[in-house]
Amino acid sequence: MASETIKKHPYHMVNPSHWPAVGTLAALIMAFGGVWYMKEGPIYLFLAGVALLVYTSWGWWRDVVAESRNGVDHTNVVRKGLRMGMVFFIASEVMFFFAFFWAFFHSSMPMLSLVAQEVWPPKGIVPLHTWSLPFLNTLILLSSGVTVTYAHHKLLAGNHKATAKGLLATIILGLTFTGLQAYEYAEATFKFTDGIYSSTFYLATGFHGFHVIVGTCFLMVCWFRARAEHFTPEAHVGFEAAAWYWHFVDVVWLFLFTVVYWWGGSGYVAG
Amino acid sequence: MSNEAAAHAGHDHHPTGWRRWLYSTNHKDIGTMYLVLSMVGALLGGLMSFLIRLELQEPGIQFISDFQFYNVLVTGHGFIMVFFVVMPAMIGGFGNWFVPLMIGAPDMAFPRMNNISFWLLAAALVLLLVAALTEGGPGTGWTVYPPLSNATYHPGAGVDFGILSLHLAGASSVLGAINLITTIFNMRAPGMTLHRMPLFVWSILVTAFLLLFAIPVLAGALTMLLTDRNFGTAFFETAGGGDPILWQHLFWFFGHPEVYIIIIPAFGMISQIVSTFSKKPVFGYLGMVYAMVSIGFVGFIVWAHHMYMVGLDVDTRAYFVTATMVIAVPTGIKIFSWLATMWGGSIDFRAPMLFAFGFIWLFVVGGVTGVVLANAGADIAFHDTYFVVAHFHYVMAIAAVFAMFAGFYYWIGKMSGRQYPRALARLHFWTFFIGVNVAFFPQHFSGMAGMPRRIPDYPDAFAGWNYVSSIGSYITFASTLLFFVVVWKTLKSGEKVAGNQWGEGATTLEWTVDSPAPFHTHEDLPDMNPQPAE
Repeated sequence: MASETIKKHPYHMVNPSHWPAVGTLAALIMAFGGVWYMKEGPIYLFLAGVALLVYTSWGWWRDVVAESRNGVDHTNVVRKGLRMGMVFFIASEVMFFFAFFWAFFHSSMPMLSLVAQEVWPPKGIVPLHTWSLPFLNTLILLSSGVTVTYAHHKLLAGNHKATAKGLLATIILGLTFTGLQAYEYAEATFKFTDGIYSSTFYLATGFHGFHVIVGTCFLMVCWFRARAEHFTPEAHVGFEAAAWYWHFVDVVWLFLFTVVYWWGGSGYVAG
Repeated sequence: MSNEAAAHAGHDHHPTGWRRWLYSTNHKDIGTMYLVLSMVGALLGGLMSFLIRLELQEPGIQFISDFQFYNVLVTGHGFIMVFFVVMPAMIGGFGNWFVPLMIGAPDMAFPRMNNISFWLLAAALVLLLVAALTEGGPGTGWTVYPPLSNATYHPGAGVDFGILSLHLAGASSVLGAINLITTIFNMRAPGMTLHRMPLFVWSILVTAFLLLFAIPVLAGALTMLLTDRNFGTAFFETAGGGDPILWQHLFWFFGHPEVYIIIIPAFGMISQIVSTFSKKPVFGYLGMVYAMVSIGFVGFIVWAHHMYMVGLDVDTRAYFVTATMVIAVPTGIKIFSWLATMWGGSIDFRAPMLFAFGFIWLFVVGGVTGVVLANAGADIAFHDTYFVVAHFHYVMAIAAVFAMFAGFYYWIGKMSGRQYPRALARLHFWTFFIGVNVAFFPQHFSGMAGMPRRIPDYPDAFAGWNYVSSIGSYITFASTLLFFVVVWKTLKSGEKVAGNQWGEGATTLEWTVDSPAPFHTHEDLPDMNPQPAE
């Protein structure tokens, strides 16, 4: 039996875990709860599924953090694999947003869309003013990219306190962004069900906003871990993954800002 | 490393009973669960096609008076065969089992994530069955085109359950893809360079990239359909300025890579098997590798050949015709390389090799009709006829099933330690080969005559070939049941086999370990660096 032997390879043979099963249960509950809610039922079952999913994420990643700190499991090779995994995950996320940009272009370009052959934004839609709140949000997200890079530099220098400060600044900027997006949604004159402009606008920016919230949670975890001095200049995969994810939501926003807010909101009438 | 830490590193929980499976982090156990799921799916999806052929055996309505139910059968057959039979068997089952074994790795890169990939797929199958039983079920076809799939024409929750089922299956696939790519890039044995990897591993690598880039686009499209149906968005609603054609673009941008996701692992398996039983290395190894890579790439830029009838610009159609025809070049490289591998080889006609021959035949026939259908002009006549049904069952569906059977017979000794009963396996091959050809070849004729797909009734003029086709379907179904007998007899009383049961032709690393493969393998990493000649 393997317990008698010393591991002769650099890989992490993970112990059996109940989290995948619990996570699957959460997904099933969310599916049934989601359909119930969409068919005029209450939302409680769906929220119960979400709660179980959050609990699963908590427990699963708590295990991963513990494994990263036992000095054995997360070898250089394993850390390289974890980084690769994150890169491929982000690549798949890019393709998710690809679909929503496709929907936007399909609807807003005159050669593709019946609506846009006359006018875009469609009649009756008053788009948000590009250079007010949306531009402020652009500046906020770009600044958060600076602060998270500052945190990374301090981490590489072994300065835990400054790393935590940089992360905290990033988190505050992220929360500010989310708050301003919520304000913008509340102030917008076009509502969710006002046709194709609203559909593309709210789903594209809404999924981006959701990713900002997820990224903020990820950074919060890193903030606590930085304060607990989990990260070393050599080994800080969790931080890297969070920073890459944050840059990814940043880049998606730049595309949203230039394409959906600026170009898509500037308005033209077919001549 | 301290002694305590070293002891911890080697510490190995090996739970028994249901926990061994539910909590598994072992690539072989998870691969086995995928294969079992695939067999369950095959029975369900096969039963559905059996019912479809029963209804179509004669003109007029035989026993399905509820046409929505007929549409649900067609939809369920498609979804189950694609997502719950072929993909779990090839990528989840054989991919899990043999990628680590072939590259000399002790397990997958993310064993826990591997497990949730499996269980999410099991949950997705549950949701799909719930969908079929909810308020008339989804009768949309696997393409789920709006407006048929919108809230007006499918108001019930069946389509919503179907969408969520695909979401879970998609999450399962994306996580599986990340796992496989990372495993292949990060865990190859010393000396196992990319250009020395077995072709099956290459096929899984290409497939995983297709999954990674295609599935999220489907997820986006499904989400739009879900909000259109339930929250008042207008992505595919013309009344709100949307466009149902957008769905077709998004769906086929996923859907075309998806059919390559199904067939590329088959390429890999057939390459291993043809080489093993010809006792020769694969002819043109690098050409085979880059043929798969280019098929995967081109798969992303041909999607609108599924949409020749929707009013695309003529220049757009000219592009998609050309790009689609280009696919014939790398697929031709593969076919001729398999033939060249066999040429001058000492061919052993064992069951895996028989199924590999069957695969090549089916794939060539389907490939030829594919070149016909690639023409936008010809497709005006063939679109939505049984010619298309015959084409994709030959090239993709049945060909993939032959590769799965070939893989099963090739590797069951490694997985179970027992040999299949040879005579029964041969009987299975011949009945299955005759069955599918009798079932699908006549569909070319009825399709060229104009028989439409997805309709439970047809004019008397199509009666003859439909009758033949149904007979072929029954032979195929009986043959499938025979396969389950083979499985049962293998596991119960098959003769024990050695580590390398195929002899000199089998050169990949899985044949260097015992049969059945022990719970953990390659704990001493094999050295694949070229050894100096003695």
